Amino acid sequence: ANMKLILIFSALIGASLCLETFVGHQVLRIKAKNEEEVRQLQFLESLEHLELDFWINPSASALPVDVRIPAVSVQSVKAFLESQGIEYSILIEDLQDVLDKEKQDMAESAQRQRSSSSFDFGAYHTLDDINAELDHLASEYSFVEKIQIGESYEKRPLYVLKFSTGGSKRPAIWLDAGIHSREWVTQASALWIANKIASDYGTDESITSLLDKMDLFLLPVANPDGFVYTHTSNRMWRKTRSKIPGSICVGVDPNRNWDAGFGGPGASSRPCSDSYHGPSANSEVEVKSVVDFIKNHGNFKAFLTLHSYSQLLMYPYGYKCTRPDDYAELESLGRAAASSIRSLYGTTFQVGTICKTIYQASGGSIDWSYDNGIKYSFAFELRDTGRYGFLLPANQIVPAAKETWLGLKKIMEHVRD
Amino acid sequence: DTDDVGHKYYLELELEDVLDTVSQTVNCTAEVLYPLGSKTSAPDVQVTVQGELRSTEEADKEFYNWIRSLEKELVAENIPDSHGNVPPELEPIHLLAWVASGYVIWQNSTENTKFHLAQVKHVKQVKRSDEDLQFDFVLLLHEMVSQEVLPWEVTLLWHPQRGARVSQS
Repeated sequence: ANMKLILIFSALIGASLCLETFVGHQVLRIKAKNEEEVRQLQFLESLEHLELDFWINPSASALPVDVRIPAVSVQSVKAFLESQGIEYSILIEDLQDVLDKEKQDMAESAQRQRSSSSFDFGAYHTLDDINAELDHLASEYSFVEKIQIGESYEKRPLYVLKFSTGGSKRPAIWLDAGIHSREWVTQASALWIANKIASDYGTDESITSLLDKMDLFLLPVANPDGFVYTHTSNRMWRKTRSKIPGSICVGVDPNRNWDAGFGGPGASSRPCSDSYHGPSANSEVEVKSVVDFIKNHGNFKAFLTLHSYSQLLMYPYGYKCTRPDDYAELESLGRAAASSIRSLYGTTFQVGTICKTIYQASGGSIDWSYDNGIKYSFAFELRDTGRYGFLLPANQIVPAAKETWLGLKKIMEHVRD
Repeated sequence: DTDDVGHKYYLELELEDVLDTVSQTVNCTAEVLYPLGSKTSAPDVQVTVQGELRSTEEADKEFYNWIRSLEKELVAENIPDSHGNVPPELEPIHLLAWVASGYVIWQNSTENTKFHLAQVKHVKQVKRSDEDLQFDFVLLLHEMVSQEVLPWEVTLLWHPQRGARVSQS
C-alpha cells in the first residue's frame, strides 16, 4: 500500500513539478467560527485571480479549511483574514521545501529497495557487487558479521561471513567457494547459501538448532584476484595471480598448494601449468590466510569446499590412494548427502575419495584439514557434467545452490549431533 | 586387454537427445582400443547404434539456407558467453562446434585424459564454391586431469545430406 501511495504521489508531483514550482507557497488552516465567517471564506474562494487552491473547501461542517496560497497572494489573504477576525494557522511554511524533501525521501527509499531485498542471486556478479551484498547481509542480521582474514596477492581483502548466535569459540564449520576462480557457480551459490542461512535462522528448525550450537564461517570468494581476472581478462583463469620468480607465467593452483603431500603426484612443478603447486606449501597468501585462521581458531569440526564442475562429493585422500581412517563414516555421510541433493531435481553426485573419484591430486585443502584433525572434510564439485562446464547458464545458479545446500545441510546436521 | 596391441574397452552407452529429452533414449555399444606405446595415435573406435536417431532434416535445411543467405560471412565469438548464454540463432553453430570438438578430442585422447568442450572462442564462416558450409573454429578444450584449457583450431565442413567432416586441425 505504501508503494502505491508513493507511486501516485510521485506521479502527481512529477506532473506538477514539470509545470511549476511552489516556492513561497503557503498552506493555511482556517477555522471558521460561525456561518458569517464561512460565507467570507466562500467569497475568498470566488476570487479566481488569487489562484487559491482549497484542499478542504469552506462549508458549514466543522472541518477546518485548508488552502494553498501562491506566494504573491500570501500577504493579502492573511491581511483579509486578520481584518475579518478569522483564525488561521500556518500548516506549511513553504510548500516547495516539503516537496523537495519528499522527492529526496523517495529517491532514498528507492535506493534502499534496490539494494535491500533485490540482490539477484540468480545472476553472476562482479567482486564489488558480491562484497556489497556481504556488507548488506552483515548489516541486516545481528548474528552475521563480515570479517577479514587476510589479503590476496594483489591486496584484495579476503572476506569471511561469520554466523554466530553467541558463545565463545563454539565448535565451527568452515565453508569456502571460488578457490578456483573460473568456477563461477560456486561463488554464486555461496551467496545464495549465505542469504538462505541468514534469512531462515529462527524459522527453519535445522538451521536454528545448528547455529544455536555451532558457528559457521563462509568464504565466498577464496581467490579474489583470479575472480577479477576472469571478469576482466580470461574467463578460464583458475589459479591465483602471483608472480612466479624466474617465470613469465603467473599464478599457482591454490588447491595444490596446501601442506598435504605437497609436491606429490597430481600437481605440476611447471609454473605455466594450471595445476602448478607453487614454490612451496602455503606460498600463496590466499591459502596461508585460511590455514592461519583455522589454526588460530582451533575449534573447527568440519571443512567444506565448493568447486565445479562434475557433480561429485568427495572426501580425503587426494594425495594418496589409500582410504582415510574414517572411511566408513565419511562414505556413508557422503552418500546420505548425495541422496539429499538428488531428492530435489534428480541431480546425481558421485561419492568417493578424491583419488578414486576424480584423480590423484596432492596439496589439496580437504586433505590438509583432515590431517589436521578436522574429521568432516568434504569437497563438492557442482553442476554440470560437461555440457556447459565452467560456463553454467545463470538460470541454473539457484537450482544448483538449492540442491547443494541440501547436501551441505545433511553433513552439518551430522556434525552438530 | 589385448596385451600386444593395447587396452580394449567394451562400452554400453545410452544416448539421450539433449534437444529432445522427452523422447526415448537409444542404446549403443562401442569398442575403444587404446594403442600401446604410440602416444600420437588416436584410439580406434567402433560404434554400433541400436535404434534410430530422429530426423533433423527440417532444422538442417533451415539452418543451411539461412547461412547461405547471409551477405557477409558469419563471425561469432565466446559461445557460450561468460554467463553461459547462447543466442538462439547461434545454437546450431554451438552444436557444430561440439561435433568438431568430438573429432579433436578423439584424436588427442589417451587413457589418462578427459576432455570437454569449454567454449567456442571464435568461429568464422568461410564461403566456398561448392555446396558445403565451412566453419573455422577456435575451440577451448578443458582437460580434466591436467586442468588445462587449451585452444584448438579446427575447420569443419558441413552439408545437410553429407553431414560433418573435419578438414584439418
